[in-house]
Parts: sequence; structure tokens; C-alpha cells
Amino acid sequence: MVIKGILARKIGMTQVFDEQGNRVPVTVVKTTGCKVLQKRTVEKDGYNALLLGFEETKESKLNKPLQGFFKKLGMPFYRILKEIRVDKLPDDINVGDDIKVSIFKPGDIVDVTGTSKGKGFAGGVKRWHYGGGGASHGSMFHRAPGSIGASSYPSRVFKGHHFPGRMGGDTVTIKALEIVKVIEEEGLLLIKGAVPGARNSLLIIKDSKKTKKGVRVNE
Amino acid sequence: MDPILLLEKQQIRQDLENFKPGDLVRVYTKSPEGRLQVFEGTVIAIKGSGINRSFTVRKISYGVGVEKVFPLYSPIIDKVEVVRRGKVRRAKLYYLRTKIGKEAKIKEARIKETSINE
Repeated sequence: MVIKGILARKIGMTQVFDEQGNRVPVTVVKTTGCKVLQKRTVEKDGYNALLLGFEETKESKLNKPLQGFFKKLGMPFYRILKEIRVDKLPDDINVGDDIKVSIFKPGDIVDVTGTSKGKGFAGGVKRWHYGGGGASHGSMFHRAPGSIGASSYPSRVFKGHHFPGRMGGDTVTIKALEIVKVIEEEGLLLIKGAVPGARNSLLIIKDSKKTKKGVRVNE
Repeated sequence: MDPILLLEKQQIRQDLENFKPGDLVRVYTKSPEGRLQVFEGTVIAIKGSGINRSFTVRKISYGVGVEKVFPLYSPIIDKVEVVRRGKVRRAKLYYLRTKIGKEAKIKEARIKETSINE
């Protein structure tokens, strides 16, 4: 299969040993598999993509347009629909095909997209890595934002200046993570390192264009 | 069952001999070239739980204290041999770091053979 993209849920982190006895931190993600619901083509939609469905649900949970969409296809109802963009639509994938974790093999490099954990209203130190001031010895400047610009010129605050505010809950992509292990029977993937989001959050795992030093280049 | 617990359980080795803090052990590790390396010393701590468990072995080498931390379930550990069972009243024997010579000695535990085998 040429296309490599799947939807999954984050389970949590643990560690495995490699052959050299090194501890490798891994994130465990689980997927029940995705179904190809539609092929989007350049001629019809202006771009090539596969529409994937993830996690079956009841008909009554969906709105009318989606109910109609699935009824027309004659397929089970899916809760989550996501597109995976591809340069060229593969011929060996048809509507109705299942996409399983076995599209990945150990050593593959992937990009993982998820929604980061919400941090609420965060100060500048946490949100923008301000240095902050001294804690003691009479320091009266601790974690405040400090100066936000000069006075007479420019007499205004530059746009985009870093301030405290809502942090987290953003869509974050971590690139070039290595697949350590694929457990097909249980639909588990072990990905080296951390991925965005809380446990049970939705992840999109795609083949990466990047390569990692010392790791085989993807075709 | 939680897949993480299951994954960790699969990696936990059952073939290792039981040992406790205070025991004099010989740890055989596989070097990258395939040779067996031996590190003999006293177990001064066992830390962590599950797959994350590790133990610290201390010995005096040419008058210098040397400590090595081994991940207990690492595949590089070939075997752990208990040379002598120690009688100690602490789980962590960090006090040995400040003792030298006779003070750092640990009494041998008198264990009935039957109780070990049980």
C-alpha cells in the first residue's frame, strides 16, 4: 500500500528495551482500523484525498446529511471522518477497504497530529518561556510580563507581542517519530517518544516526509 | 486489560534469581561484542515497579567506591548470581556510602533452606 495514514487514540506511555538493552520511551496508540469512505479526486474535488471513517456509532448520533451519506454508501455509521491528502490516489485502495495498523512496520518514520492538553489561562513564563525574575533576596519581580515596548517611539505595542493568555488545546504535529513496534492483533502501534494530547485523544498518524539521522529513508 | 500493563507484563523476565538489598551478588551482563562482563558487589537499593524496576550494586574497587545501576528486566542482563545473603534492616543501604572497611560490612543472613525454596 502506498498511502500511509490512520486514525488512532492515544493510550499512554511506557518503555521497551531494544536489542542493546537501552530503554526506549514509547507512546502506545490503539486503533480499531479505519474504513475508506470516499476517494476525492482532482477532477471532482480539486485535490486527491482519501476520506477515512473511524469508530462506528449509532445512526441516531449523526445528523441527517451524514445519515444520508452513510446510507447511500451502504456502510456502517462512523463517528469521525477525516481526510488524508495524497499526491496520487493509489489504485489498490477502493472505497470500503479497511486500513489497519499493518500499513506501518517497525522503523517507519511518521508524523503524529493531535490536540495538545489545555493549560487554561497561562502566564508568560509558562506560555512563552519568559525568564522571570529572582524568587528571593528582595527581588520584587517574579513572573510578571515586564516591559512590553518603548515609550515615545513607537508609542504602541507591536502586534503579535507575547502575552499571557489561553494556552494548549491547539492542533500540534510532532514530526519524524519512529515506529518501534506494530501489534496487529490488538491494533496497537508503539511510537518512539511523546505525542500531543491527553490519553484517549484522537491522533492522525501519517507517513512522514522527513527522515531521521541514522534511520532508513522512506521510499 | 489495559494494553500498557499487558505490554509491560510481557517484558518482565521470570528467569532471574530473587535477591534483596544487602545481598552480595554477581551481575553478568552481555557486552556489545557478546562477551560476558561480571560486576560483583552489594545490592544497596531496588527501585521502581513493573518494567521500570532497577537495582544499584556497590563495590569498592582499588579503594574507590563504584556503583552501578542496572535495569532489572534489561535483556543485557544475562544472570544475577547471589554469592551471599545479607542481613540488613533497611530497604535502601545508602549509609554504606559513608562507611569504609569493617564498618561497611554486612552480616550474613541465616536463612533456613526451606524458607528460600518455598
